[in-house]
Amino acid sequence: MARLRSLLLMDTEVVAFRTIFTKEIVRFMRIWIQTLVPPAITMGLYFIIFGELLGKNLPPVNGISFMDYIVPGIILMAVITNAYGNVVASFFSTKHQHYVEEMIIAPIRPSIIVAGYVSGGIARGIVVAFIVGIVAMAFTEVKVEQPWLAGLVLVLTASLFSLGGFINAVFSKTFDDISIIPTFVLTPLTYLGGVFYSVEILPALWRDVSALNPILYMVNAFRYALLGTTDVDLGLSLAVILAFNGVFAVIAVGLLRKGVGIKS
Amino acid sequence: MVPALKLAGLKKVYRNRVEAVRGIDLEVAQGDFFALLGPNGAGKSTAIGIICSLINKTSGTVQVFGHDIDTEWAAARACIGLVPQEFNFNVWEPVEEILINQAGYYGIPRRVARGRAEEALVELGLWDKRRAVARSLSGGMKRRLMIARALVHRPRLLILDEPTAGVDIEIRRSMWNFMRETNRQGTTIILTTHYLEEAENVCRRVAIIDRGVIIEQGDMATLLRKLHRETFVLSVDQALGMAPELEGYATRLVDAHTLEVEVESERDINAIFRGLDAMGIRVQTLRNKANRLEELFLGLVGK
Repeated sequence: MARLRSLLLMDTEVVAFRTIFTKEIVRFMRIWIQTLVPPAITMGLYFIIFGELLGKNLPPVNGISFMDYIVPGIILMAVITNAYGNVVASFFSTKHQHYVEEMIIAPIRPSIIVAGYVSGGIARGIVVAFIVGIVAMAFTEVKVEQPWLAGLVLVLTASLFSLGGFINAVFSKTFDDISIIPTFVLTPLTYLGGVFYSVEILPALWRDVSALNPILYMVNAFRYALLGTTDVDLGLSLAVILAFNGVFAVIAVGLLRKGVGIKS
Repeated sequence: MVPALKLAGLKKVYRNRVEAVRGIDLEVAQGDFFALLGPNGAGKSTAIGIICSLINKTSGTVQVFGHDIDTEWAAARACIGLVPQEFNFNVWEPVEEILINQAGYYGIPRRVARGRAEEALVELGLWDKRRAVARSLSGGMKRRLMIARALVHRPRLLILDEPTAGVDIEIRRSMWNFMRETNRQGTTIILTTHYLEEAENVCRRVAIIDRGVIIEQGDMATLLRKLHRETFVLSVDQALGMAPELEGYATRLVDAHTLEVEVESERDINAIFRGLDAMGIRVQTLRNKANRLEELFLGLVGK
């Protein structure tokens, strides 16, 4: 009987998860001009300016043309920004307009709510990755040497930054608060995460400092999956990404369970 | 039979040390239509927030149809439908989607939820608006949308926190008819409202809460019998210069044709008519100054 009850509960939660996930996809697809078009334009500009105009005069990096070298990092940059932006904006609105209460009063575990939002962020990250990949094809031949690894890194990166967006939304009190982390944390870390250069060219001190930047591991793991070259050991990269995902997931679920920023 | 709701020693102290709820013990029987009344800031909404898991309690227990909200939270929450005081839906979402999503949170698959949503929207007169975004609805429609949303998972306990605030009289009446019918079909209803006349008309039992504690509770009829004094307003046919003196009754002239008479509970009102008749004053209409529950309420909360 208890087993049956737990199975029923699982069914209930599968439906609840699907509801949140579907709602999130409908949300970003409905406003596609705000969610899917900007990364295509922004990243297209990166390809034109850094890849075409400046990159032509730069020497190959690790034997790869500069344009090809920056493609994985730029795709991942778009994934990071969009996965993060999707969840932080969506969950903050949910909180701000109080319709988070629809979920809080329902028989859904906090982990299911977090999973629903994070999956929405991952979905947007993947869609944006494809869009930016297609844009990149206009400039170079996009290679994917290890599709499964590329998919895994893409999903884990999107998941990590979706969790980050969720945590930011929990603590945000105003719409201004949701732009603080992207401005002061995400953008610097992304630019310093080896998107446009190999950390091998940095002085030893800055190479060591860069090792503290989690985005470096993601960019390099993704670059390895696409081009077969990396500055960082793949195993270490995957371990770092997984560890950050684990820590962020525990924090996000814990915050929601306690009702931080939601319950008084 | 287990009660629909049982609160024991419920307390809530906010971070700013405000004691909003200071030890509430309350039972609401299954099938009841129950009024939880109190002045602003009395602790009603805090208590409701705790019951619905929107507010963390400081201490005490809450059981919904025998399910503890801490240990059997999923079963307890599945029993509750809430119509909150403030609008709390996504204003950019179509009406029907709001209901279908809400059903989804309770584990109701989309194909079933669609039927449930149709049923609720038809009953509350919102079917024509099913594709409209919630933002475009009038205030009354938004209230009805929240009722439809609270009912879409067919809760056994429906909690209505000021459901008719800002709703015009016609819609209020139709909403109360709908609530009565919902209650008749077996749903237990707990209501908070500032329209005490409505509470008196629809509720069978009542609890009055003030400064975080329940100061009176029982069935409506018994409580109203505790009313010591009622004030009646009389319209008279001739212009009066001063309030006529009636032995045993306090009278006050409101205007030349309107008289207020206070009647202690042990006295009847026949003597008023006899006294006025003897003075040649004919009473044209008679009504209560306030409804009886309101008088009781004001007497209890000392206002």
